[in-house]
Amino acid sequence: MAKYDFAIAVGGAPGQGIETAGKSISQIFARYGLNVFTYTAYQSLIRGGHSFLTIRISSEPIANHGDKIDLIIALDRDSVEKHLPHVSPGGALIYNSDDVKQEPERDDIQLCPISYKELTNDPDRKRLMLNVCASSVALQLVGVDLSMLEDIIIRAFLKRKGQAVVDANVAAAQASYNYAAEHFTPFDVQFEKQDPPLAFGSGNMLMAMGGAAAGVKFYAAYPMSPSTGVLHWMAPNARDLGIIVRQCEDEISVVNMVIGAAHAGCRAMCATSGGGFALMSEAIGSAGMMEIPIVVVNVQRGGPSTGLPTKTEQGDLWQVLGASQGDFPKIIVSPTSIMDGFNTIPELFNLVDKFQCPGMVLTDLSLAEGHTTFLPDSINWQPKIDRGELITEPGQTNGEYLRYQITDSGISPRAIPGTPGHMHVVATDDHDEDGGLISDEFTNPHKRRDIMEKRQRKMEGITELLPPPTLEGPEDAEVTLIGWGSTHGVISEAVQLLTEAGIAANHIHFKWLYPMDEDAVNEVLSKSAHAIIVECNYTGQFARFLRGETGFKADGHIRKYDGEPFMPHHVADGTRELLNSKTDLYVPYQEIVV
Amino acid sequence: MARRARKERPIQGAPTARDFRGDVSPDWCAGCGDFGVLNALQSAYAKLGRGNHDHLTVSGIGCSSNLPGYIRTYGMHTLHGRALAVATGAKFANHELNVVVTGGDGDGYGIGGNHFIHTMRKNIDLLYIVMNNETYGLTVGQASPTTIVGEQTKSTPFGNLETPLNPVAMAIVAGATYVARAYSSDGPKLAELMYNGMQHKGFAFIDVISPCVTWKGGARVIFDYWKERVQYLEDHDTSDRSAALEQAVKTGHETQLGLFYHDTSRQSLNDMEPVLENGPIAHQPLGISKEQGDAIIEKMM
Repeated sequence: MAKYDFAIAVGGAPGQGIETAGKSISQIFARYGLNVFTYTAYQSLIRGGHSFLTIRISSEPIANHGDKIDLIIALDRDSVEKHLPHVSPGGALIYNSDDVKQEPERDDIQLCPISYKELTNDPDRKRLMLNVCASSVALQLVGVDLSMLEDIIIRAFLKRKGQAVVDANVAAAQASYNYAAEHFTPFDVQFEKQDPPLAFGSGNMLMAMGGAAAGVKFYAAYPMSPSTGVLHWMAPNARDLGIIVRQCEDEISVVNMVIGAAHAGCRAMCATSGGGFALMSEAIGSAGMMEIPIVVVNVQRGGPSTGLPTKTEQGDLWQVLGASQGDFPKIIVSPTSIMDGFNTIPELFNLVDKFQCPGMVLTDLSLAEGHTTFLPDSINWQPKIDRGELITEPGQTNGEYLRYQITDSGISPRAIPGTPGHMHVVATDDHDEDGGLISDEFTNPHKRRDIMEKRQRKMEGITELLPPPTLEGPEDAEVTLIGWGSTHGVISEAVQLLTEAGIAANHIHFKWLYPMDEDAVNEVLSKSAHAIIVECNYTGQFARFLRGETGFKADGHIRKYDGEPFMPHHVADGTRELLNSKTDLYVPYQEIVV
Repeated sequence: MARRARKERPIQGAPTARDFRGDVSPDWCAGCGDFGVLNALQSAYAKLGRGNHDHLTVSGIGCSSNLPGYIRTYGMHTLHGRALAVATGAKFANHELNVVVTGGDGDGYGIGGNHFIHTMRKNIDLLYIVMNNETYGLTVGQASPTTIVGEQTKSTPFGNLETPLNPVAMAIVAGATYVARAYSSDGPKLAELMYNGMQHKGFAFIDVISPCVTWKGGARVIFDYWKERVQYLEDHDTSDRSAALEQAVKTGHETQLGLFYHDTSRQSLNDMEPVLENGPIAHQPLGISKEQGDAIIEKMM
């Protein structure tokens, strides 16, 4: 099959089954063995409002929702009005003609009106099957066999709703499919099944799975969009996998429970968004002080304050860098793709266990709620697990145990409560090697200096182990795009667009953010050409951080802070604009408004 | 502050309170009620008959929260107000540990108030001992959530206007399954309530009147004040929740001591958790099997 890049979008009101339709269509393509990436633009409402789900299908590996929409399924009148301009020329619009009496005005696309009344036997007129009808039409237009949808209908409804509901839905699907075959023109792109079939999941799911693989035994959370997906994966899987999952009264309780569980010997983790992370700040410092390894995930959404609960941003970098008072060792990592989210969790657990400090994962809605297909075999369920210097048996020390023993590496062997002969107290007050408080001992300055230097020495060991970013693409490019975390996929694709347009570009992307090895990073940055930093916030948080750590000053900036993630052309257009003008800031215009 | 090197002192024979004495001498003011609580806790630990390493003493911040440093068990001196959350996590990680939480009224009823309510509701198997002195001692004498109306303190120089919180009544209402009030000067009774609280399967709470000798007019004044007010509950059915609440909300000159409420019918949260049936999760092998992984992927296809 030739190269293709096709996107289907579903628009409608929450409660109309957009997610179900989107998930069904995506799963069908996943079973067809095709690359899929989805993104949902939605609002913080249970009913009412508007959602718009984009499903991109490509012959190439993809890591973003792309630049165009070929086929829109409009489940309500509002979606027809809103999204009519978003269909690419040559595309198609499926809508319910019972609702939309006046034909939408576009002569460069195929209009596909269907009458729900005529296609279904639905005496209640609740339109519960409209998503099934429209999905069937869409599948017919791109050459997908209807049996795929029937399978999914059976799986979704048979147990919960019974045979009658299955029969009604299957009949509606068949009627719609046949109607489309008779009345509409299929797309040139006709999908064919490939081997092997692919699995399909979200960033939140893959981070939760990464936690399970890493050996997380305790997970706590307070529901907060867009991080709740981690809880929603952990909770139903908890009993099968031997994980304790607790929902707490607030995020303060969440992180403190995680600290208690980690101290008592578990790998423990939690996930939240910016507001919840703010509540966790003090305790993150306490994990640094007591030297307890924990993993905290911050799935960023638009800030400040309650901000944009259902929209994306990379606006919490400085919050995470500065979380909690005082200096203490910590690790900050920002996964670069949905699949990288899976691998990052065990990698980070090994580091925090080794260095006995808090580790923070900084991701955002675009990755966490984005869904991707992946090869089932690409998941490594048995990642390397290294718990560091852990004392769990008596007799590992000879009679005298110092929890915070001063060592060259700064790492002191950690005894787990319950181990005979190693009693000690861990304290959030600063303390001596044996754990005794030095804050009460007229604050002995020499002991304070020794213990502070011991803790901070761990940062040297961490820095050595964190890989610096690499330069992707040709060394002799005209322009270098620099990004961090979730934007790897979209920047890579922008580099391709620029290259195709004759502008030689390359890409430096940061995953491990802190601690940063100044020399190693400067070595990579020294290879950059005209440098443009791409990030999803107003003030250029990463640009300022990078400058502070390395002295590096970029030539231009592309920033987005409207709540929607970058599309590849936003970055490519911005790069061209910055190369051709004297300005150093480009803020892309968001075309699709939901 | 006197400190000895932290050396192993294995318990010979049956443990005694002495075996639970810490390496650091308390830095509390001479005569502080907290000494009585510390001694009683050491006796209760000894009576339980387990090794030092089988206990985890968790505290927050404040005068009384320094206690884990003065006792010989595993200890955590956590953040202000957060001890119950930390202890809950630790208990879930290793439910074979005897986890005891200690702290003061500002720590538990003020800044930690939210965790206080919800930990009781959860009924996790912990013993929570609050040394209630009705003041913020370490920050040199401000009003606390239990300071009485009209009292002049550093933060209420014109007299406290706010009604004090009733921790015993709150505990009964919020879902604690073992609720008591004690007096730090009655060591034997306090130790007995603690021991029974440790044996109780569920959330056990003891509000201990532990007078502050520094910010309450001096030792003589404050101990005289309490001595004539405290009296033990008599002819009280501890299994009767309404009767317990009636006793707890009683107003008047006297303050009732003893076990108000004891519910043995409710299972603790950790006992209800099937994941813990194979032993502490802290002792389980890490990660998941290939078969478990394949089953997860299957659901994603």
